[in-house]
Amino acid sequence: MRTVGLTIFLLGGCSSSPDPCAGVTGACVGVPEGSSPEAVQQALLDVQAGGTVAFGAGTFELTTGLSLDIDDVTLQGAGMESTILSFANQTDGAQGLYVTAQHGFTMHDLAVEDTKGDGVKLLGTTKVRISKSRVEWTKGANETNGSYGLYPVQCADVLLDGNVVKGASDSGVYIGQSDMIEVKNNQVSLNVAGIEIENSTHADVHDNTATNNTGGILVFNLPGLQVENGAITRVFANQVFDNNTENFAPEGNIVGLVPTGTGIAILAAHQVEIFNNNIHDHKSINLGIISYETTMIPLPNPGNYDEYPTAISIHDNMFAGTSDMPTGPLGALLISALGEIQATGPYIVPDIGWDGVMDPARMAANGGMYAATDRICISNNGDADFINLAWPLSDATKPSLDASQVACSLAALPEVVIQ
Amino acid sequence: MKRALLLLALAACGDNDACTLDGAMCKKLSYYGLFDDIATQQPAAGVTAYDLETPLFSDYTTKHRFLVLPAGVTATWSDRDALDLPVGSVLVKTFGYLADRRDPYSHETKIETRLLIHGSAGWHGASFVYDGDGSDATLAEAGTTVPSTWIHDDGTPRDNDYIVPNENQCKNCHAEHDDVLTPLGPKARHLNLGAQLQGLIDHGQLAGAPPAAEWPKDPNAIDPTTGTLDQRARAFLDINCGHCHNPTGQARTSGLYLDAFETDVAKLGTCKPPVATGRGSGGLSFDIVPGNPDASIMIYRVSSTEPSIKMPELGRNLVYDEGVQLLRDWIAAMPGTCN
Repeated sequence: MRTVGLTIFLLGGCSSSPDPCAGVTGACVGVPEGSSPEAVQQALLDVQAGGTVAFGAGTFELTTGLSLDIDDVTLQGAGMESTILSFANQTDGAQGLYVTAQHGFTMHDLAVEDTKGDGVKLLGTTKVRISKSRVEWTKGANETNGSYGLYPVQCADVLLDGNVVKGASDSGVYIGQSDMIEVKNNQVSLNVAGIEIENSTHADVHDNTATNNTGGILVFNLPGLQVENGAITRVFANQVFDNNTENFAPEGNIVGLVPTGTGIAILAAHQVEIFNNNIHDHKSINLGIISYETTMIPLPNPGNYDEYPTAISIHDNMFAGTSDMPTGPLGALLISALGEIQATGPYIVPDIGWDGVMDPARMAANGGMYAATDRICISNNGDADFINLAWPLSDATKPSLDASQVACSLAALPEVVIQ
Repeated sequence: MKRALLLLALAACGDNDACTLDGAMCKKLSYYGLFDDIATQQPAAGVTAYDLETPLFSDYTTKHRFLVLPAGVTATWSDRDALDLPVGSVLVKTFGYLADRRDPYSHETKIETRLLIHGSAGWHGASFVYDGDGSDATLAEAGTTVPSTWIHDDGTPRDNDYIVPNENQCKNCHAEHDDVLTPLGPKARHLNLGAQLQGLIDHGQLAGAPPAAEWPKDPNAIDPTTGTLDQRARAFLDINCGHCHNPTGQARTSGLYLDAFETDVAKLGTCKPPVATGRGSGGLSFDIVPGNPDASIMIYRVSSTEPSIKMPELGRNLVYDEGVQLLRDWIAAMPGTCN
């Protein structure tokens, strides 16, 4: 009799709150509102490969990081404003959700809030699909926020579509050491870096809105990692504006160097095509291109790392706004460079800046200049202006505003096709 | 107690609870029959206790370790990795707190026993959390938190919300190479303590060992009489960090390798700028600054208890004072600078 009574009770519960698995095809583990932290983790252990964990609407208060290690699982909620995994009281775990499945991870219509470390980290997963989800630190830009919002590293076949990421103290969307990536329709704000593509190959970053970050979109290659010298990144049709939130990254991090008020930054990247973007109103610079040398961070063991940006094509973008308050060491460099060109201020930073540092080996191999396919090319960007900093400063080679030195074009890069 | 080890193979536990060597874990630790007396950790016949020269730090818990090898089979020696333990092997580790760490005979409150089982499809693990009276323990796949108190080495009362990991988190540490779950402790260099290795050989449980003079051996990290500062620091980093921080481990994406076999000082952290460290940098520029522990990110992270900063990420709520001091001394003694 007791069992029967319990069943009736559970059925009663179901009638007042809908079954989270309703409408799900295939195996599904439901996580209704009010589930304990242990029950949430248990669902991530019980789900079958290829199955779904469906969260009901509501806020789930979690105290330790969640982890998932089963292939081809879908996590779904009732909407990024309705189903919230809250880690505000987290006491353990360097992530909110850590996914180590080797194949297949899908997440949609869920929010992850206030994790102590990273929001959602994926290591070594092939086929990642994250859409209509939100990762947010609800205090806004704050140096005690976690580092990365959506963080696939050493992953392949990655689609991030229509997500919202706010408040990361490093990068909102951070793709590291990965291959075949599409980042589209996301809204990133109040992060230090809105979107960062780092040491990755074949990335399409398009139709995103990056605003109120410290820097909007970064394409970086860093030394000392297993996957080095990323290449082939297209950044197009994005809205990148007003990324003037004061840099709140803890010192020592590479993004700590991004001047407050940066639209797009390219660091030691290769084969990058930036086109059809709207980039405006950044107080340091709309678009900057630098080598690793200019970061002035020592390179103790370069290995095969290529510290010079090559094959960068900037075309058909709209630039606007006045950059007259560049910040940080790189901002100071911009002012110093302008000071070598004009005796007195005001110093208005051009839309596009390049440190002018070139690879001596590539030049020597090609008669003292870059091969056409290695060049930095800037064309058809309306009235956008340009500066070559000719770093290091204070030497015989003076900074220059002459854009004819970058007046060239490169072949279009291939599209990333995610099935 | 033969009953128990047979049960593992026969795939039949009691209480309507089907558990197998390859499939579902048993719901109760007692079903495995590993102990003659769970409360005192008295092992059953065929269950061999072992110890490590330098253990992983786990919030000042005491640990009891046991190895079960199926009858008639032998483990195979490895110079680098864990001994190759055949299918059917089980590793058992019980964590508890002594009431008073100054008195090894004071009452020990058991918290959890972790099993790592070598099934036909590979290793898998789970934890069992002790019931109130300590006479048995219950499977806790999703992990839990156990508030604990004790008297510390210096006589002060201490407490810890000890965290029992969830089943996936086994892999966060034990996927030492290529995302494959493996044992970590039973490596020759860690086991080379007293007559342990010779005992396994003498009982016909370990084959392929080179002559004893060639066996690798860890020092005891916090006992200065057992090795040089560098040897002890490297042994400490190896067992506390190297299972993730190696070229095929879970922290491979950081480029910081702390396993026993790394020889490149830059990959070991010297003057290495952080990558995806976030708040873990603590405003510092390099993992290790020779001669300057306070400027070294490594010291900042092992001294922190913040979830987003602390290292290791898992299995440590408390600062291991003796371990931090060892690493401080090691870095302080390094020559050179980063600029």
